[in-house]
Amino acid sequence: MSILIDRDTKVIVQGITGKMARFHTKEMIQYGTNVVGGVVPGKGGETVEGVPVFNTVKDAVAATGAEATLVFVPPPAAADGIMEAADAGIRYCVCITDGIPAQDMIRVKRYMYRYPKERRMVLTGPNCAGTISPGKAMLGIMPGHIYLQGHVGIIGRSGTLGYEAAAQLKERGIGVSTSVGIGGDPINGSSFKDIMQHFQDDDDTHIICMIGEIGGPQEAEAADFIRDHVTKPVVAYVAGLTAPKGRTMGHAGAIISAFGESASEKVEILSAAGVTVAENPASIGETIARVMH
Amino acid sequence: MDIHEYQAKEILSNFGVAIPQGALAYSPEQAAYRAREMGGNRWVVKAQVHAGGRGKAGGVKVCDSDVEIQDASEKMFGQKLVTHQTGPEGKGIYRVYVEAAVPIEREIYLGLVLDRASQRVMIVASGEGGMEIEDISAQKPDSIVRATVEPAVGLQEFQCREIAFAMGIAPAMVQQMVRTLNGCYRAFRELDATMVEINPLVITGDDRILALDAKMTFDDNALFRHPQVAELRDKSQEDPRESRAADRGLNYVGLDGHIGCIVNGAGLAMATMDTIKLAGGEPANFLDIGGGATPERVAKALRLVMYDEKVQALLVNIFAGINRCDWVAEGVVQALRENPVDVPVVVRLAGTNVEEGQKILAESGLPLIRAATLNEAAERVVAAWKSDVSHHQAKLRAV
Repeated sequence: MSILIDRDTKVIVQGITGKMARFHTKEMIQYGTNVVGGVVPGKGGETVEGVPVFNTVKDAVAATGAEATLVFVPPPAAADGIMEAADAGIRYCVCITDGIPAQDMIRVKRYMYRYPKERRMVLTGPNCAGTISPGKAMLGIMPGHIYLQGHVGIIGRSGTLGYEAAAQLKERGIGVSTSVGIGGDPINGSSFKDIMQHFQDDDDTHIICMIGEIGGPQEAEAADFIRDHVTKPVVAYVAGLTAPKGRTMGHAGAIISAFGESASEKVEILSAAGVTVAENPASIGETIARVMH
Repeated sequence: MDIHEYQAKEILSNFGVAIPQGALAYSPEQAAYRAREMGGNRWVVKAQVHAGGRGKAGGVKVCDSDVEIQDASEKMFGQKLVTHQTGPEGKGIYRVYVEAAVPIEREIYLGLVLDRASQRVMIVASGEGGMEIEDISAQKPDSIVRATVEPAVGLQEFQCREIAFAMGIAPAMVQQMVRTLNGCYRAFRELDATMVEINPLVITGDDRILALDAKMTFDDNALFRHPQVAELRDKSQEDPRESRAADRGLNYVGLDGHIGCIVNGAGLAMATMDTIKLAGGEPANFLDIGGGATPERVAKALRLVMYDEKVQALLVNIFAGINRCDWVAEGVVQALRENPVDVPVVVRLAGTNVEEGQKILAESGLPLIRAATLNEAAERVVAAWKSDVSHHQAKLRAV
């Protein structure tokens, strides 16, 4: 088992005709992901990397039975693309797009609440590297070869820092069940807590690694959840020890604007909830290895 | 993106928020003229800088004549105003706002923010206006009233009334408060703001509710659909290093250390800074070169970091997913050939096309220090920086 995606998950790519999307569609197919189609309004009937392109997500779902989507749509239209997927009955959506206006994301979140929980699409991102279940499927832009298959569940806001963690694990022969990027935006689809629940329920995940950063309340919220509901060991690292207050550090959401949002405060909150915190990002792999044994 | 007080007031006023009479001036003479034009017998001259805390720093002066205004303005123009929000270098004063003084009865704090917990727009109000919100929440947390706005239907009048009554506004003036709150919300919503702050919102002796100060911050990601807002950018208020970066489409934050950083991905960039710190150094900057960086972009980033004279060592740390190590390596080599640097350079590459990247670095003949892991990279750059600095000092002593 793995969470969110598996070998059989039927995947479409929204915005598949773009240069980046084409490149990563090819990579995903090579990795073994079951990519069944793409969507670009007005380009229905074309073929990209051997898969058919449709005009609408509904058309793609009807023709292919697609269950998951990867959104590569440019920022001005990305929110619309996510809502289209939610309405077409897609079960899981990963949005890669960086630069979506925050108020568009407020609208997306509000729109998704129209659907009862059992039919509501799960969204991760935007502004993330995607999700990978090593050896099974990859829905994103990560270099697949740095992940070994195994039992560590990774949740992170940063893409490249997630790679760093996976590479440190691989170096020690430790594998990953699923790695989920939740993205660096202030308003995101799923929080640490949301994904933590999936890992807690997944038999294949034995330990959870959470990679946070400055800004926002989601690490603290996860700490409460871990204390009350997570029985598996959790290792965390929070980036931004040296980040000054009130400055946006690359990610739109990486800004310390309230109490409890700095790296040191988050480390304190997570430690108090029983999480093992790696102080140095270079020792994430080592810390996980130690906690596992 | 931040804008000036006078610009925020003009915007809010267009959305129905009442403001005192005022006018902008680019010189002391113009400031005095503005006051004569306006009439009255008491004015306030306010330095226009992108920072709070102007009053305590001498950026706000109450004047009783046009001569006083000219005098006060002369002391402001061209100066750097240092407030607790600007850092020690301060922000230059190139415009002042001259405003008619109003009789203040009470001061209220009013803010609209993007609340990340509820993922909605939140209104925050307190009867303790004039104080900063951080101090209010620390010292008078019970005075704070909050309301979140349901995005599908927008701000409702009852929410505005609830806030007005909680602030103890007289019944006859509640409608003015409703109008103020609605105006702020509509401005926030329609122009993609991330923050609107009126501190203080004042109740005057003649029963008016006026925005005495105003601050607005806008979502950089939404500026593409608000060209009229994007035009309000004032580069004179930005860190020159950051302006250069923004003009080149790079994500850069200037810091105080000596080790320049070039990294891909915001999280890895922060983590790299943290590792440098833990290895005994201090980062000079945050820099995320982003996904899909071409050799030209990497070269641009390198020149940008070296533009900061404080930089005494350089660390390039790339974990390529969407990026390609060979392109990054080409960029580093190209930039160093065109602009040779006299500081040690440590390069760590990992991920996509790492072998090709390493080959390009090795064959370049440049004196690059290579590292395989994050830890190694941080330790090597700090060690190289320390030995380079002591080497320089030894040379200086010898002279």
